[in-house]
Amino acid sequence: MTSVPELARGKRVLICAGPGGVGKTTTSAAIAAGMAAKGLKVAVLTIDPAKRLADSLGLPELGNVERQVDPALFTEAGIEPGDGELWAMMLDSKATFDEVVTKHAPDEETRDAVLSNRIYIELSSALAGSQEYMAMEKLFEIWSEDRYDLLVLDTPPSRNALDFLEAPNRLLQFIEGRSLQVFLAPTGFAAKVAGRGTSMMFSILRRITGVDLLQDLSEFFGSFSGMVSGFRERAAKVNELLSDEHSTFVVVCGPQSETIEEAAYFRGKLAEQGLPFGGAIVNKVHHAGGALPDDAPADLRRHLGDDLGDRVAANYEDYRRLAERDRANIARLGEKLGTDAVIEVPYLDQDVHDLAGLMEVNRHLFGDA
Amino acid sequence: MKDLLDKRLVVVTGKGGVGKSTVALALGVKAAEQGKRTIVCEVASQERISHAFHRGNVGFAESELGPSLYGISIDPDEAMREYVLLSLKVKAMRDLLFRSKLFTYLAAATPGLKELVTIGKVWELALDERKVKGGKPYDLVILDAPATGHGVGFLQTPRTFANVARVGPIATQAETLHRFITNHRKTGVAIVALPEEMPVNETAMLERDLTRTVGVGVDRIFLNGLYPERFSPADDEALEAGLGKAQGPARDAIGAALAVSRRSASQRDQLGRLESLTRAPVTTLPFLFEPEIDIEWLRELAAVV
Repeated sequence: MTSVPELARGKRVLICAGPGGVGKTTTSAAIAAGMAAKGLKVAVLTIDPAKRLADSLGLPELGNVERQVDPALFTEAGIEPGDGELWAMMLDSKATFDEVVTKHAPDEETRDAVLSNRIYIELSSALAGSQEYMAMEKLFEIWSEDRYDLLVLDTPPSRNALDFLEAPNRLLQFIEGRSLQVFLAPTGFAAKVAGRGTSMMFSILRRITGVDLLQDLSEFFGSFSGMVSGFRERAAKVNELLSDEHSTFVVVCGPQSETIEEAAYFRGKLAEQGLPFGGAIVNKVHHAGGALPDDAPADLRRHLGDDLGDRVAANYEDYRRLAERDRANIARLGEKLGTDAVIEVPYLDQDVHDLAGLMEVNRHLFGDA
Repeated sequence: MKDLLDKRLVVVTGKGGVGKSTVALALGVKAAEQGKRTIVCEVASQERISHAFHRGNVGFAESELGPSLYGISIDPDEAMREYVLLSLKVKAMRDLLFRSKLFTYLAAATPGLKELVTIGKVWELALDERKVKGGKPYDLVILDAPATGHGVGFLQTPRTFANVARVGPIATQAETLHRFITNHRKTGVAIVALPEEMPVNETAMLERDLTRTVGVGVDRIFLNGLYPERFSPADDEALEAGLGKAQGPARDAIGAALAVSRRSASQRDQLGRLESLTRAPVTTLPFLFEPEIDIEWLRELAAVV
């Protein structure tokens, strides 16, 4: 068993990835709070629109800029962070997309054409990979400003952790579809070059989509084509940051076999893409000792009375089955990952919704339990 | 339960990892047991249906899972293809379109189009007179909707498209879909939640967004994974006292009992909060002590949904 300080040693960027519903946001916040408590200046970026992190850190709303968590909250939780600071930001994906467009547009006209295009306004958040890419973009931007010792990124709540890794390519493929401009331009030189087949295609497409939509789509794709090189350079830099030796991916999952499988698959993909893997964090693990020996039921009856003693014994059997399942799954995870850098966080009796709760999680993440 | 299963379409939604697929399948099992010809739709090729019913991949075909119960995994590319087949009657035109790189590219790149054609397929399944050749109508269609991590976006796609496209076939189709999912006589929505503080807050927000922003009616909230109330407050006192005296395995067992008891109590606080924060009636579903979900468990769950 390892601990977060070991995983984070010498790192400037720590990315928490994993399937939805496994407590990624809480884990990211706990890691950031714990490293801040150790005296580092830490910022945590989250994407969750449900403002979970804001809730947990007592911030009314996070917005698209980092805000410092009130140091008094640390004092109240009995922590003396010294020079440590905890900053948090909730990503506004659309606002970041606007910033990116503004940055890469070759001129004001193109910028305005994109920003005022109705498809962009209404549907850019549905663009495959856009939310994920914007998270990386913001990470890169804050990292470039060099104001923090450590950045913790909580990846978007996709069903599949893989969406995060595929995002830049998907978005690039989309933006690089330059040929579209040629095909979609309904008049002029391009149409002549493309020839009769294209105008036929156009009329068939129009039957399905309608004229206005095709026109809007044409403008939408067309205006993006001017930003290809800017986007590509930026994406390459972002990728450089993610594969840097000072960055590390931590996979967060639950003890159920489905999320374990996904975590293992994700680790394989990291390796394929040459991205650094730090370890895994398994949340909500059930722990129990071995099976009750023959004399235990009698023991329980003696301490608790017959009725309660029997119920406690029956409950323990249920609990132990869950614990056994979890243990077997976690052992399998370790084998599949080829590492013993697997941190277990037990199923805690209470929900985590404040700094004190995060620090309770950290007893396990930081190996002080 | 009459209200929900008497709809033509039931959308099961909620955040990732709350057990949406399980609830959708359990509802399907229950409706089929009542004799309703039912189909459960999953999206984004999760193949959870195949998993629970120990079948080969269900895929885009309507596969029989049991008496009156069917399953389908809606692949957006297949749904797109079917949409084109149904909209363009001239074969030569269809062939030209399918061969065209431009079409393939547009279909893949247009934001939100996958969601739109997915909802379109769900609508087609729920029609009295199916559009697909030889398609028999269903009494009930259950949609295991994608996780709502990105807000209510999925169910809002039809209206967004209708607004963007304004006029033309896609606009008309999108308006039809929007009218269908917001017709509360035909379409019901169930949210699946977990008995924890933040999931409860998120469920309350989701209910508000679904009703106010999308305009659908939320009929039921399923609170999944509720621990049984195995120990009373008096039991807890006895357990606390016993913990001090017992040793070894007996002590572990008492510790586990206290952990379950505390969890159970905190979950019941969350149940109370959920009931006060939301308008739709809340149905609780028991925590599963069994290691993995199978058909037997679905039948048990079907009895309580």
